[in-house]
Amino acid sequence: MYGFEAMTFNIHGGYLEAIVRGHRAGLFTAADYNNLCQCETLDDIKMHLSATEYGPYLQNEPSPLHTTTIVEKCTLKLVDEYKHMLCQATEPLSTFLEYITYGHMIDNVVLIVTGTLHERDVQELLEKCHPLGMFDSIATLAVAQNMRELYRLVLVDTPLAPYFSECITSEDLDDMNIEIMRNTLYKAYLEDFYKFCQKLGGATAEIMSDLLAFEADRRAVNITINSIGTELTRDDRRKLYSNFGLLYPYGHEELAVCEDIDQVRGAMEKYPPYQSIFSKLSYGESQMLDKAFYEEEVKRLCLAFEQQFHYGVFFAYMRLREQEIRNLMWISECVAQNQKSRVHDSVVFIF
Amino acid sequence: MEKFIDNLSPMDLMRSEKMSLVQLIIPVESAHRAVSYLGELGLLQFRDLNAEKSPFQRTFVNQVKRCGEMSRKLRFFKDQIIKAGLLSSIHPVVEPDVELEELEMQLAEHEHELIEMNSNSEKLRQTYNELLEFKMVLIKAGSFLVSNNNQAVAEEWELSENVYSSDRYVEASSLLEQQMRTADQSGLRFISGIIFQSKALRFERMLFRATRGNMLFNQAPAGEEIMDPLSAEMVKKTVFVVFFSGEQARTKILKICEAFGANCYPVPDDFSKQRQITREILSRLSELETTLDAGIRHQNKALTSIGYHLTQWMSMVRREKAVYDTLNMLNFDVTKKCLVGEGWCPVFAKAKVQEALQRATFDSNSQVGSIFHVMDAVESPPTYFRTNHFTNAYQEIVDAYGIARYQEANPAVYTVVTFPFLFAVMFGDWGHGICLLLGALVLIARESRLSTQKLGSFMEMLFGGRYVLLLMSLFSIYCGLIYNEFFSVPFHIFGGSAYKCRDATCSDAHSAGLIKFRDPYPFGVDPSWRGSRSELPFLNSLKMKMSILLGVAQMNLGIILSYFNARFFRSSLDIRYQFVPQMIFLNSLFGYLSLLIIIKWCIGSQADLYHVMIYMFLSPTDDLGENELFWGQRPLQIVLLLLALVAVPWMLFPKPFILKKLHSERFQGRNYGMLVSSEFDPDVEPDSAREHHEEFNFSEVFVHQMIHSIEFVLGAVSNTASYLRLWALSLAHSELSTVFYEKVLLLAWGYDNVVIRLTGLAVFAFATAFILLMMETLSAFLHALRLHWVEFQNKFYHGDGYKFKPFSFALITEDDD
Repeated sequence: MYGFEAMTFNIHGGYLEAIVRGHRAGLFTAADYNNLCQCETLDDIKMHLSATEYGPYLQNEPSPLHTTTIVEKCTLKLVDEYKHMLCQATEPLSTFLEYITYGHMIDNVVLIVTGTLHERDVQELLEKCHPLGMFDSIATLAVAQNMRELYRLVLVDTPLAPYFSECITSEDLDDMNIEIMRNTLYKAYLEDFYKFCQKLGGATAEIMSDLLAFEADRRAVNITINSIGTELTRDDRRKLYSNFGLLYPYGHEELAVCEDIDQVRGAMEKYPPYQSIFSKLSYGESQMLDKAFYEEEVKRLCLAFEQQFHYGVFFAYMRLREQEIRNLMWISECVAQNQKSRVHDSVVFIF
Repeated sequence: MEKFIDNLSPMDLMRSEKMSLVQLIIPVESAHRAVSYLGELGLLQFRDLNAEKSPFQRTFVNQVKRCGEMSRKLRFFKDQIIKAGLLSSIHPVVEPDVELEELEMQLAEHEHELIEMNSNSEKLRQTYNELLEFKMVLIKAGSFLVSNNNQAVAEEWELSENVYSSDRYVEASSLLEQQMRTADQSGLRFISGIIFQSKALRFERMLFRATRGNMLFNQAPAGEEIMDPLSAEMVKKTVFVVFFSGEQARTKILKICEAFGANCYPVPDDFSKQRQITREILSRLSELETTLDAGIRHQNKALTSIGYHLTQWMSMVRREKAVYDTLNMLNFDVTKKCLVGEGWCPVFAKAKVQEALQRATFDSNSQVGSIFHVMDAVESPPTYFRTNHFTNAYQEIVDAYGIARYQEANPAVYTVVTFPFLFAVMFGDWGHGICLLLGALVLIARESRLSTQKLGSFMEMLFGGRYVLLLMSLFSIYCGLIYNEFFSVPFHIFGGSAYKCRDATCSDAHSAGLIKFRDPYPFGVDPSWRGSRSELPFLNSLKMKMSILLGVAQMNLGIILSYFNARFFRSSLDIRYQFVPQMIFLNSLFGYLSLLIIIKWCIGSQADLYHVMIYMFLSPTDDLGENELFWGQRPLQIVLLLLALVAVPWMLFPKPFILKKLHSERFQGRNYGMLVSSEFDPDVEPDSAREHHEEFNFSEVFVHQMIHSIEFVLGAVSNTASYLRLWALSLAHSELSTVFYEKVLLLAWGYDNVVIRLTGLAVFAFATAFILLMMETLSAFLHALRLHWVEFQNKFYHGDGYKFKPFSFALITEDDD
């Protein structure tokens, strides 16, 4: 019932929307980042964070801090908030919230599988996993030798199972096909999420399709850039692009044949929203592309809060918080390694 | 009149304490001591002079950090003590304060010791757990092996031609080392172990999938619960034995075991061997148990000794942290040898503050004394009322609306009486009043005990308002006596009724009415009104008129207070163009109505007051006819009406125009003078904004005045009507209690059946307690609150001040707990 969701939205979604908007108000502002950037030691950062919402999570940490502790505790806060929201959510919001974590699940699967391939300790790998993407039998991933086993043993129980239909092969796992698996999974996930949001309809569909399309396009560009100079064929590359988004279908055709970064740029500059991103970069440069994309993403995520009565705010909040934790990690690393001049290289201001 | 007012003795609570902005210049060496003495005194509110600095750029950031670190350690101790379940048994001892550095060292030592103990006991616990698990596996799995091996062998023979060899195994060289029995390549082998019960099902499924069903899974719940080292909770575990064949399956199963956190233990097939190992394990278990016990005893002893000091240490660290936080608000002077602080302090406390500073200088053997002097303040000082147990709750009621502007008349003075009284007008029933009184008395009697306890939010609210409750109940009893209602039943307390029946049978009492045969009932409502046909009209008329009288009186009090305010702040403008017309307007309309009501009561006239009031506006010149109450009423009405009409423009126009004139006079010819402000004026502090000159904006002032006047004129009508809620609520209360009494209690009493009577009594008691005593109290409280906040306080109360928040150790609460 498009246009009427405002009438009934608050019955189930009102409380959580209020919660998430309250959480959003706790995101760092430019003033916070300025203060953080002035910190001399990690203890200073802790002190500054103790005045923010992260305070209770850090207050019981003994004093010689490490960057990992800070990031871990901040992530813990996000996870706690997420869990609280998930507990309170009813259908279809709970499914929507679960969808948000699937991306982390894919990353975790890939992390464990790659790690096992390189014979790392499973416990050590588990610690590195993002807590939002954990599932019960994740540790068992280490057992699998090839994709088919991976699917049959472990993933069939997880929500990722349907996404696996395209990459069940009996080939042994190696770095290349793990990466392909990641992208295939991601493609299937994004398409599924997109379809789900379309099904929800209303403002959610409108806003989420925009955000997801951006995500899909960004992945398409990244896949293209990363696969330049590898043995991935054009057709294979083409297959990894999600079947929606601004670039679909003609942009994908162009990206599929790109051979260097300037060709990518040429293909992308035909799309006005991406023109501004690429116009910030000088020719031949791809280092700053990530940051430019992040900045654009943050801008779009913030815009999601301008409208009421839709689920996009949850997605946007989770993404913004993750970006904030990434920023925090970068700042802490810079402070810890005495590289304060580089602080601003990778920090994406949210407000 | 003026003389009389000036000679009135000053009321403490009427005006907030006189404050002065003071500057302290304290030598660095005595600063810490001085600030902590001031904290003990608790009468100085420091201003943050470093507001633009972020917390870690301030001077004493390291000390604050150290305090934070110490309180972290203290929290750690507290957690440990709670975990060990020792908290209840510890009685804190008071010892002289130790130095901060010393305390820091002590804390570090204790923490180190505790952590070491914890890790030791954790190791022991782990070993113990492993042994315990091994024991269980041995017991359970051993029985499987005995009972199942024969079956398995039989099946094996049938299913395949593999030879099952059950008696070859490698001896377990170490008990805890995970060992697999090697068998023939083709033979059936097994892995035994233990796993969390919650994971057992998934584990089995995973094993099934991984081996493609070529395995046999046996499980049995472990007999005892095992402590999970991570969460320190007791968890249930399941012992399992997996039979399988093949080397690949073995690796897979081992990996799965690892992934699921299942601990595998080798179980020898040989029965005698099993027994031997079990014996060994049992002996080691008992050894470990004694060691563990000793460890726990030792740890508890350490924790208890910490626990003795914990509260004291915690409050000390909190104080230190507060002192350093305050020191961070101070500025260094140019020489870097002194700290400069600014703050608000009540005038009466100046001597005490100075004395504290001197004491600090003396105690820290400082060469230079502290300097304490008063500064001029541009901004308005904070509001500080010295309240006691009794007045505090009333002050809270007023503060909840808004903190009084500095030195403005404080409505709390009147609220002490008017609030409970207006409440009682709505809640008048002396039966209910006595119930409330008992509650209030219980709270007050247990005051000293309750004030030290942590109460729930509801109880805390009740306890905080205990004196309000006390006065409310006393006034309720009083009003109840006037209404003559005791759980809605009238009593002949003050003599007999003035009315009697026409004849002895009293048959027409409800149709023809009673006759009056003697003097009126001396106090309150005559009990004979009860149940009569004219009961409601009589009570309604009484309560309605009473509400109007009370309302007009209270609103007049509000306007008079605005006069006192204007006098106090020497604003003759407000007296002449605000107070006087307001007084005239209100009293020429509603004051007159009150007068009519009183006259009507006195002379017992039948005049219709609605009619009088309405036609006073519609046709003031008409003859009043039978509604005339006194001679000269008509000309008086005309005069009053004209006065009211004049009062409206009077309060609207003159004030903004005069303000404008005053402003233009004051700044005439001073257009050049404003350049020199802070730079050339040596005694102006750079951060004190003395050069504030408000732009005079005539239209703004005029609109403001217009809103104010309209609000007052309309408010006079609507506020008077609003006071009728006194009548409405009191009517509702008495009707409700009548219903419960007559329709529940009396109805049930009519039956000659104990069960029905008891049920009726119970329902009546519950309805009285929950509906009449709790909900009605709440609603009457809220309405009284509204009458005070809106109808009374909007006449004079600005409420835009801010509260005096002194730096005081007594106010440092355990906010982080």
